[in-house]
Amino acid sequence: MDVMPKWAEVILVPLISLVLAAILSAVVILGIGEDPIAAVEIMVNGALGSTYGWGYTLYYATNFIFTGLAVAVAFHARMFNIGGEGQGMLGGLGVALVCLYVPWPHWTIALVAACAGAALFGAAWAAIPAYLQAKRGSHIVITTIMFNFIAAAVLNYVLVNLMRPAGSMDPATERFPAAVHLPTLHELLLPLGINFSKSAPANVTLLVAVLACVAVWALIWRTRLGFGLRAYGHSETGALYAGISPVRIIMISMLISGGLAGLMAVNSTMGEAERLVLNATEGAGFIGIAVALMGRSHPFGVFLAAILFGFLYQGGAELALWTKIPRELIVVIQALVILFTGALDNMVRMPLERLFLRMRKG
Amino acid sequence: MTAKANTERRDPAVPAIELKGISKSFGPVQANKDISIRVMPGTIHGIIGENGAGKSTLMSILYGFYRADKGEIFINGQKTEIPDSQAAIAAGIGMVFQHFKLVENFTVLENIILGAEDGGLLGPSLSKARKSLIELEKEYGLKVDPDAVIEEIGVGKQQRVEILKALYRQAEILILDEPTGVLTPAEADQLFRILGRLREEGKTIILITHKLREIMEITDTVSVMRRGEMTATVKTSETNPEQLAELMVGRKVLLRVDKQPAKVGKPILEIENLRVIDETGVERVKGIDLTVRAGEILGIAGVAGNGQSELLEVLGGMRPATGTIRINGQPLILEGTGSDGQSRRAQGIAHVPEDRQREGLIMDFHAWENVAFGYHHDAKYQANGLFMNNAALRADTEAKMKKFDVRPPDPWLAAKNFSGGNQQKIVVAREIERNPDLLLVGQPTRGVDIGAIEFIHNEIVALRDEGKAILLVSVELDEIFSLADRIAVMFDGQIMGERMPDATDEKELGLLMAGVAGEAA
Repeated sequence: MDVMPKWAEVILVPLISLVLAAILSAVVILGIGEDPIAAVEIMVNGALGSTYGWGYTLYYATNFIFTGLAVAVAFHARMFNIGGEGQGMLGGLGVALVCLYVPWPHWTIALVAACAGAALFGAAWAAIPAYLQAKRGSHIVITTIMFNFIAAAVLNYVLVNLMRPAGSMDPATERFPAAVHLPTLHELLLPLGINFSKSAPANVTLLVAVLACVAVWALIWRTRLGFGLRAYGHSETGALYAGISPVRIIMISMLISGGLAGLMAVNSTMGEAERLVLNATEGAGFIGIAVALMGRSHPFGVFLAAILFGFLYQGGAELALWTKIPRELIVVIQALVILFTGALDNMVRMPLERLFLRMRKG
Repeated sequence: MTAKANTERRDPAVPAIELKGISKSFGPVQANKDISIRVMPGTIHGIIGENGAGKSTLMSILYGFYRADKGEIFINGQKTEIPDSQAAIAAGIGMVFQHFKLVENFTVLENIILGAEDGGLLGPSLSKARKSLIELEKEYGLKVDPDAVIEEIGVGKQQRVEILKALYRQAEILILDEPTGVLTPAEADQLFRILGRLREEGKTIILITHKLREIMEITDTVSVMRRGEMTATVKTSETNPEQLAELMVGRKVLLRVDKQPAKVGKPILEIENLRVIDETGVERVKGIDLTVRAGEILGIAGVAGNGQSELLEVLGGMRPATGTIRINGQPLILEGTGSDGQSRRAQGIAHVPEDRQREGLIMDFHAWENVAFGYHHDAKYQANGLFMNNAALRADTEAKMKKFDVRPPDPWLAAKNFSGGNQQKIVVAREIERNPDLLLVGQPTRGVDIGAIEFIHNEIVALRDEGKAILLVSVELDEIFSLADRIAVMFDGQIMGERMPDATDEKELGLLMAGVAGEAA
């Protein structure tokens, strides 16, 4: 018998963790002599108070949905893919190649092609650690994290030596042609009579991210592959008994995971920067781990957690802008959220379970 | 140090152990409900009950692993708190676990002093232990070479080391948890002789078991537990196995399987010169030949770890091997592509694995997902090329649950939330309903309550009567005797001999299981 009802498990536990993280953050802000209430106001106003704020929050959230889904899919097969960062960078390379070297007649076709390119490159980057894990038993956590560094170096080389326009001092590609410009939320919503902020970077990729959530949900819970993937994740000997090939599951789950991580580049590189720059992922690959943890590896949870982290990112930037609270503290707040929702999960869960038990008995 | 004093102080009318009103719950599960028990000194007290009846929890409370929610413990009439195992040892309680807690590459002597060293230097402790080991040997007839390395001595000897460990720590009360699970019948007899000797010397012994035969053989008093409660405590001489079984289950139980003589048909499974080398390079199966025919149950007897598991795993597609295996005359692929569980299922082999929790079920999956486990590629569970038809699967699960009397019949319940017997019924239902030509069955009733044992045995016999071949592996000789139409004994990766159940007895099988070849083998 499960101790807690499902709603408490899915909603109450993360919510309490979040509140605890917020309280601790407030204490830290008080400690450096700032007003936590005012800080919250600035964050909420900055991230959610205008369509401009929302535009940034959703832009960040889009990145986090992709990287969060990437971690979640792998996690169902008990693979811990820490390589979202590197896979996202390589995804960016895929996007840049698709956008720069093929003359696209319309952004819709370009979007499909860019998605394919991003997913392909991301998956390819995940394939090597996956193969090493499946065939050689090299631990995926170690290899994926090493591949992040390799990816950064590769990208550095490619940008500086191969793709940098002649005469430019900036290690970045040239601007993508106008034909592959993805419509922003402003352009998408204007025909509907909604005047969304013009300068916010949220774009049509958000819809791709939502589609990805649905697709991942269907994959995990509605297909044979998802069944095998979850079975392997729960019990390796069980999978062996059922004739589910571990090598196949490791490879496929990591390829899907890498592909999803790569897709974030469609948002950041094609949708926002419109050229490939160094460090285009900005840590989104790592945030994906927190997002997947907090979202309980469920696509809908990942969606909500990604929005929360988008809010923290955007709100945090505003906080650094308008108060003396340093940018580093934003990282502290994010870290607290990760700590409480991920690592200290049991600290909240245990007392809550005991409470529910007592209520049931009483 | 205080043991001698304890012995002198002891009054034979005061119970060595008295538990009063012990209750313990884990979450919503009440493992022990208001348990009271008196164990008199110098007796062997049996505690019998089905899996999950709360025996192990009760003993863990006594040994300080868990703290009771309510209740009191009296040792030799003194109220005693046992917050941890150190306190239990200090109170003169020793425990011999089902799975030994020995360091494999240490010697007997080193294992005995482990955790009871007297100081920083090992020398004095070792020589002290050597001396007291000689005394203990004289006193109780417990003979073990103190310098032998644990991994090189047999299971029976290892168990003796566990008993010596407890005695070295001045234990007056010994708790043995399912001590015969890993022993051959002969080793079990030796153990019982040792226990008898310990009783003569005034030690108090608590024997936890689910085997009625052992209770009847050795104990003075027996307590029966059912669903966390102590249902009865009776003098062993005043009861019988049927009554105890009834007390354990709560209803009348048929201890023997009713079955007609087998109508044996053509060979279904033929094994020739099968060899298995495991991951560590050890040869586990050393060239065996076996045949199982339609309509018969071949029982493989043997002490756990003699290659039976590997044999099942090869047949189930979980492990590579060399040699020849034919099913219905068709050769099986034994290595690489085509040797996996899916291929085996396609060739008409169903498999009830030895360990349902690690292999046969995914414990966190819903019952309906587990019913598809291993068969999730079946056409009838697919909605189209892309998605599974979960609704059809759930309907199928409900039908199977009804037919196999799985309780509660809720397809949405996770496998881990069913009792052992009901978990096994889900596995058996899934595999038998597949209508296989060959059914592999490993330890079908391990950790299964008596009521479910009856049911599962009858289902296996029913499948046999439909003319299917069944290969049964079990470490329980009783189970082999009541199910098998033919018995093969495995020892050290080899078949020691085949016997017909009515032409042999436990003694002969016991010898074969210990590697002693019979004259007529």
